[in-house]
Amino acid sequence: MPKDNGIGASTKRREDVRFLTGAGNYTDDVNVYGQAYVHFLRSDVAHGRISKIDTSAAEAMPGVVRIFTGKDFEGIGGLPCGWQVTDRHGAAMKEPGHPVLAQGKVRHVGDPIAAVVAESLAEARDAAEAIEVEIEDLPAVVDMKAALESGAAKVHDDLDDNLCYDWGFVEENKEAVDKAISEAAHVTTLELKNNRLVANPMEPRVAVGDYSAANDESTLFTTSQNPHVIRLLMGAFVLGIPEHKLRVVAPDVGGGFGTKIFHYAEEAFCTFAARQLKRAVKWTSTRSEAFMSDAHGRDHVTKIELALDADNNFTAIRTETYANMGAYLSTFAPSVPTWLHGTLMAGNYKTPLIYVNVKAVFTNTVPVDAYRGAGRPEATYQLERVIDKAARELGVDPIALRRQNFITEFPYATPVAVEYDTGDYPATMDKLEEIADIKGFAARRAESEKRGKLRGLGVNCYIEACGIAPSNLVGQLGARAGLYDAATVRVNATGSISVMVGAHSHGQGHETSFPQVVAEMLGIDESMVDIVHGDSSKIPFGMGTYGSRSIAVCGSAMVRATEKIINKAKKIAAHLLEASEADIELKDGQFSVAGTDKSVAWGDVTLAAYVPHNYPLEDIEPGLEETAFYDPANFTYPSGAYACEVELDPETGKVTIERFAAADDFGNIINPMIVSGQVHGGLAQGIGQALLEDCAYDETGQLISASYMDYAMPRADDVPFYAVDHSCQTPCTHNPLGVKGCGEAGAIGSPPSVINAVIDALHSGGHSHVTHIDMPASPSRVWAAMHG
Amino acid sequence: MYNFELVTPSSVDEAVAALGEEDAQPLGGGQTLIPTLKQRLAMPTKLVSLSRIEALKGVKSEGGALLIGGATTHGTVAREAAGQFPGLADLAAHIGDPAVRNRGTIGGSLANNDPSACYPAAALGTGATIVTNSREIAADDYFQGMFATALEEGEIITEVRLPIPETSNYQKFEQPASRFALVGVFVAKYADGVRVAVTGASNDGVFRWSEAEAALASNFAADAVEGLSAPDGSGMISDLHGSGSYRAHLVKVLTKRAVAAAS
Repeated sequence: MPKDNGIGASTKRREDVRFLTGAGNYTDDVNVYGQAYVHFLRSDVAHGRISKIDTSAAEAMPGVVRIFTGKDFEGIGGLPCGWQVTDRHGAAMKEPGHPVLAQGKVRHVGDPIAAVVAESLAEARDAAEAIEVEIEDLPAVVDMKAALESGAAKVHDDLDDNLCYDWGFVEENKEAVDKAISEAAHVTTLELKNNRLVANPMEPRVAVGDYSAANDESTLFTTSQNPHVIRLLMGAFVLGIPEHKLRVVAPDVGGGFGTKIFHYAEEAFCTFAARQLKRAVKWTSTRSEAFMSDAHGRDHVTKIELALDADNNFTAIRTETYANMGAYLSTFAPSVPTWLHGTLMAGNYKTPLIYVNVKAVFTNTVPVDAYRGAGRPEATYQLERVIDKAARELGVDPIALRRQNFITEFPYATPVAVEYDTGDYPATMDKLEEIADIKGFAARRAESEKRGKLRGLGVNCYIEACGIAPSNLVGQLGARAGLYDAATVRVNATGSISVMVGAHSHGQGHETSFPQVVAEMLGIDESMVDIVHGDSSKIPFGMGTYGSRSIAVCGSAMVRATEKIINKAKKIAAHLLEASEADIELKDGQFSVAGTDKSVAWGDVTLAAYVPHNYPLEDIEPGLEETAFYDPANFTYPSGAYACEVELDPETGKVTIERFAAADDFGNIINPMIVSGQVHGGLAQGIGQALLEDCAYDETGQLISASYMDYAMPRADDVPFYAVDHSCQTPCTHNPLGVKGCGEAGAIGSPPSVINAVIDALHSGGHSHVTHIDMPASPSRVWAAMHG
Repeated sequence: MYNFELVTPSSVDEAVAALGEEDAQPLGGGQTLIPTLKQRLAMPTKLVSLSRIEALKGVKSEGGALLIGGATTHGTVAREAAGQFPGLADLAAHIGDPAVRNRGTIGGSLANNDPSACYPAAALGTGATIVTNSREIAADDYFQGMFATALEEGEIITEVRLPIPETSNYQKFEQPASRFALVGVFVAKYADGVRVAVTGASNDGVFRWSEAEAALASNFAADAVEGLSAPDGSGMISDLHGSGSYRAHLVKVLTKRAVAAAS
């Protein structure tokens, strides 16, 4: 019988009660007495020199409180970058300034030029239209390769060119890789794009800055995945506000997908303006603003070469990638195409030699940063596409080719600097073949063909590194922050528990799954445990939620803190039971003396801690509250095998997904229902990238897909019912729960199998000249490829 | 959105009078105009809502035609035309989503004449008559290019009269993001001929594919379309979602499918 409490139970998400009944408290629900509203005047050109800003007419408009421009931010820090990459030659990456409001130049459509603070939003918008701005157009830098040509316009005048860095990994491998490729029996080459995406969380970004002059205290309410990170970055590097005078609150957040990790100009602006004006200032992004101001994701152009020996063993991989940084470096942008991408290029395979080259490029586009998967989808996509292409060229079964090259012994040190602790890739592939009914594919294809449709099957594997991250390792790699996390377990007098966690839940279901762990450890009911998150004044200094890290890192901190609680509670129980501490056992919420029928309940012990009338005060302090910080020893390495089956209408090029199966290994699992939900959501986003989503710029730097009229989000009828399975479990060896991250896997693992399936369908229909279609494989692209 | 005055007349005469004022604009179901206002792309001083004029609502049949009031919603047409004119009902039932269908109106759609809207294909494909407060306009004269119609300033569509065909079908190939018609083809067969109207494809808005009409008049079968070349794609819309030649190709595919479905 399945469990109904604690680890392994599919407890229904308790937070959904408030989300589904309209009782959530989102940042836009926060209203501070006397608040003013800000509207940002944004650039409508991609690149230009600001020759004039005249705000005098606008300042005279009704309701205007004050208009700010770049001048108001002279001498104030710009938005900092949290990761420094060192290039192939040992030099630091180029790190241009990122002003809160544009100074001198605008560098992308959406770059904020001025901020109008007014009594109402309508008045702020009216006044913004009265600001006179003259911009001298400059040539827009859009295409990455053109951006690196000599004579290209420069996004940043103070840099030599548009190259942020030229990274080689592992540089010492380069010669050996080149040699192996030149000597290989077969080399498969593939050039591809990983399309630019807009994260599009359901809730757009919002910031409310507040200031108490009496206490000299600032508060920022913001749609963030990591309030403490924002407090650190904005307080220390932008506005110079010490931590004890700055509170950052991220209340209910309606989806992040990475784009709410970063510190944004609007947050700094609202906090700054509130201090200037001594009243709260609120900004709520419109969807249109979100398209041109939320950090975008992906946008890589890659050439990958896979070398094989005469027996089809992988011998070397060489890649060259152009990674779009956009106009400025967003908070973690430099890390995405490097440490979150190059380190994953081994995939699930024992390729002995790998060399990854990445050129990061500035362009006149919205900054690009981490989006669900961040670097790992880009690595997985190119690797699993090139393997499929190699199988086709060699005339071998793509599953057999993968199986032949699987890593089978763990721990496994890859040639790209990471060590996989556990995994069982043949087992996940076995499971996939079962749940995807690979054997039945031929019959399904025949049935499709009877109806004039082509049917394709695509398979891929993935490995990812998450549970981010060991601080000492990422420090060596350029991270400017620690990536530990923290939890405080506060046991109340009557035995209920509040756990203050550094992780932030914005769709992940922490309010349900975290209590399951504590309840399991103590043998009490989950309903006795609540978590508190999202408010820097209430929670310990943790680093927030991204990189599939919450349960692996913050959950581990919570386990450590709960262990401290148990140790102390046993001391109290021993005193109450007049027994030796060594003899005390905790089971089902009862402390008992081993080998006797003497016991005391959890609630009696907790009450004694706060009403210490009969208590060992000479040995231990009263109260029952413990904090732990946890820094992981390694990443966690979830892996899996995915299969997609598509039907393709050869008359229109339209692809529909008929079946999708995902066999994942997430190690131990806290709440199977939540894990399945995470996989479902990730798959929808991966399918969206593969078939629908395309953030497109024209050659002048105008964002063409700037609304839902042109940016195609996946909808319910675009995705099939998924077959998901996570029964293959090789527990992580270095965290106390044996868990691996599951939040990003679906988005990382799914795009290649979709495109592999599309190519397979086309080949079955005789279109064997089509070896690749860039994402999204829209009907028009598929049709053009068929007839190209 | 800028400030404007909203008036809600209960008769066509009152509405026409209100629209006589400068910068006044009629408001049908608002499915295009309201988003436009929210983007501050239009600045009417007065909006004259047509949605409380009962005389403009309803579906009835008369003399072999379906008569649809200008302020009738897509949802109403989908329900009430289903018996007599299923091809039209099916078209209406697949415009937008339920919220759009319960607000958007046939008059609003035809007055706006979005090049990717569905209703223009039905109006042109049936040879409908567009009835306004002052005159009757044949569909062939009504559509005058992208977002352009024969309507004068302040003129209101009061009714649309669509001759009921022997059989008809509308095939829409959706643009993946907006789910408007990337290409939509309405085919209607009458005793005296066949009409084929195409939306979504042309830079000039909805048009009749006369070669297909001629071929189908003598042989109403998908095969008759198969033998035709696709229309010229050079004047067709080319954008992120498809080239002109792709749209031209789809015109032929969808015409074939519409005929097959209607046969």
